[in-house]
Amino acid sequence: MARSNEPIFWSLFSAGGVVAAFFFPITILISAFAVSCNWISAEGLHELAGRPLARLYIFVLISLPLFHWAHRFRYVALDLGFKGLKGVLPFICYGAALLGTGLAAFILGWG
Amino acid sequence: MTDGVTKTKEYIRPMPTNWWLKRKSYFMFMVRELTCLFVCGYAIFLLMLASRLGDLDAFTALLKDPIVIALQVIALPMVVYHTVTWLNLTPKVLVIWRGENRVNPLLIAAAHYLAWFAVSAVILWIVSMYR
Repeated sequence: MARSNEPIFWSLFSAGGVVAAFFFPITILISAFAVSCNWISAEGLHELAGRPLARLYIFVLISLPLFHWAHRFRYVALDLGFKGLKGVLPFICYGAALLGTGLAAFILGWG
Repeated sequence: MTDGVTKTKEYIRPMPTNWWLKRKSYFMFMVRELTCLFVCGYAIFLLMLASRLGDLDAFTALLKDPIVIALQVIALPMVVYHTVTWLNLTPKVLVIWRGENRVNPLLIAAAHYLAWFAVSAVILWIVSMYR
């Protein structure tokens, strides 16, 4: 059997899918409505988001779901007829996810 | 033919680009796959929000931006659709046996839904402590 990177990317896709499934709905609910509907003050949410564990939470919620997107988008683009991009899509998609992960680590670790 | 390889002309069945509009199940598959765009979009939003942690005014402005709120209102049902399709597949991925008997697939899915609600409640509770 040919060696392939597929298992690595599939694992990241799967992990990102779990993270997005469990944490995205409630986090969107909070970021969309909690402050704008005055349930919590912006200062309060800002204080929470700055804490180390919250920074780690935000980092995980950026990185793994980006890899989830990368893997799914890579194949759905082919399904939608973008066959000419077959060669470059993996580099664009996983590259973007890697870039986002690096940016998130930098911003949340040193910001 | 110097390399001894016979080149055959294989037939590739043409696939129209709108194949996914032809059946409801194909369409729902495409909706599920396209939820990834909203997952990506929200990750980008979180990246923007994180980059404003050092500036409370900018942080607040992003959270109160009507366009950003509108995009999240659109993203929420798409992400919930991702969650539902993802959790509905858990019994297919996780096949558990107790002795001779296979644990009811419905029970496995139900356990995941319960975990989703519990996790969401805990996060809401943590946020409420900063009110």
